[in-house]
Amino acid sequence: MGFLSGESMFGGYGGADILQGCSIGVNKGEIAVVVGPNGAGKSTAMKAMFGMLTLREGSVELDGREISDFPPQERVTLGMGFVPQNANVFTSMTVQENLEMGAFIRRDDFSTTMEQVFSLFPVLAEKRTQAAGELSGGQRQQVAVGRALMTQPTVLMLDEPTAGVSPIVMDELFDRVIEIAKTGIAILMVEQNARQALEIADRGFVLVQGQNRYTDTGAALLADPEVRKAFLGG
Amino acid sequence: MTAVTDILNALALLSNFVLVPGLAYGSQLALGALGVTMVYAVLRFSNFAHGETMSFGAMITILVTWWLQGKGVNFGPLPTALLALPIGIIGTVLMCLLFDRFIYRYYRRQKAAPVTYLIVSVGILFILSGVVRFVIGPQDRMFADGERFILKARAFKEMTGLDQGLAIKTSQGVTVVTAVIIVALLFWFLNRTRTGKSMRAYSDNEDLALLSGISPARVVAITWIITGALAAVAGTLYGLDKGYKPFTYLGLVLPIFASAIVGGVGNPLGAIAGGFVIALSELLLTFAYKRVIAYLTPGDWVPDGLVQLLATDYKLAVSFVILVIVLLVKPTGMFSGKTL
Ligand SMILES: Nc1ncnc2c1ncn2[C@@H]1O[C@H](COP(=O)(O)OP(=O)(O)O)[C@@H](O)[C@H]1O
Ligand SMILES: [Mg+2]
Repeated sequence: MGFLSGESMFGGYGGADILQGCSIGVNKGEIAVVVGPNGAGKSTAMKAMFGMLTLREGSVELDGREISDFPPQERVTLGMGFVPQNANVFTSMTVQENLEMGAFIRRDDFSTTMEQVFSLFPVLAEKRTQAAGELSGGQRQQVAVGRALMTQPTVLMLDEPTAGVSPIVMDELFDRVIEIAKTGIAILMVEQNARQALEIADRGFVLVQGQNRYTDTGAALLADPEVRKAFLGG
Repeated sequence: MTAVTDILNALALLSNFVLVPGLAYGSQLALGALGVTMVYAVLRFSNFAHGETMSFGAMITILVTWWLQGKGVNFGPLPTALLALPIGIIGTVLMCLLFDRFIYRYYRRQKAAPVTYLIVSVGILFILSGVVRFVIGPQDRMFADGERFILKARAFKEMTGLDQGLAIKTSQGVTVVTAVIIVALLFWFLNRTRTGKSMRAYSDNEDLALLSGISPARVVAITWIITGALAAVAGTLYGLDKGYKPFTYLGLVLPIFASAIVGGVGNPLGAIAGGFVIALSELLLTFAYKRVIAYLTPGDWVPDGLVQLLATDYKLAVSFVILVIVLLVKPTGMFSGKTL
């Protein structure tokens, strides 16, 4: 179902299953967006696809290869990058150190990648010697995305990258996401700002209680009256 | 003119009994507190066995020192123990790694609560103190050799013409110089090397470190290597300076923890600052000011008593009181922080 895909995933945090058989996927160069109410299991699904949660049933595949049993670190080496919803920067470290840590697994010279991140997010170049914890919400999210880009991933997973930022900064971040997707990277993104996110989405997944409620192109979901009524506020 | 001499005499007196010993003791506490803080920042528990780890390190160093002395090896004016110290460090590091492999790792896999680790560390404290008494015995050991003084009191008097002498023991000089070197190395490592940065990253945000491909097992191992090395150095320097008595190292746990917490536990800069705050407070509060007052006032003002705020027997209480005050007023310490 795509370059990266999680198929019929079941699993949770030890108690009842949070994921109730949902499937999510994304292709290279595409933006896939996961939306749904709070507590639907969006973050849980992302963690499961990154190996931070063991699946009780179902599988995760990357480029046709089953990776369900791989630990997160190994998925990083296979080209997956993840920006979690919370605590997604090293607050006590400088912007530059955050990016260096993003490149931790690389033993080659990553200075060009760092320059690429700086040209994508110019404000980070200005603030490179500041502690990430001292930055504004939007700048922090840029550090978080930049950190994940340092491994030159083929898939980038973002969990609510626009949480707590102003609408202007949100548009700005979405523009950057589109720019990243254009380089051929697959982007799988969870978003609270469902309408704006679906507008830039090639694919959309509406998740409710750990299951797929609607799956379609972003445009189709935006046009669907039911989806609009239930999830996009009319 | 005499007034200036009197002030200089008072300063020399204070330097001799407070400043110089305070710098040495502060360095020892700082090194000890750094070990405690490293474990806290990375492994997230309070390692009560750290005092005994220092004792263990000092013991290995002493055994090797005796062996070297037996072979007729010496280090000129410097203590032979400095030559033995690398072996002491290696021994202590191996011991730490062994305890981690067979004890702490088990609890890590269980994702044990910090308080469980703390109790485990108390257990290790007892094991270590037993091992030390079994191997080297409970009695006092002197192992300092070489030149005893860098600056003798009489030489100082002759040099300056003051009545009051100022002596600097070799062990004090060696302590301060070694501490400066070790701290510089540690900060260079943490702030400039890839591995050091990865430790800070792990200490800051364990999950994100994992996502970045930083291996927890490696970070944990390096933490014990650094902690063991710091403990061996601190324990040996303390033993050189004060004489090695196995039981004193248990008593060091309180001032060491006070240092770490006063500075801000988990923060290396804080550990160093805290070490000096505690050491100087102990000395300033237990110092008898009678002679300082005698220098600074006309003769008949000299009080009868010693003008000592606290008897030296109460010096542990100083750490304790400072600790309580800090916990009440600013629990995060001078340099707030839980990360390296
Ligand atoms: N670490 C956790 N341990 C236990 N339960 C959790 C944990 N994280 C989330 N949950 C529970 O899983 C459910 C789904 O959470 P989450 O995936 O974060 O939802 P979403 O991201 O869609 O808002 C919620 O009921 C939440 O309480
Ligand atoms: Mg979420």
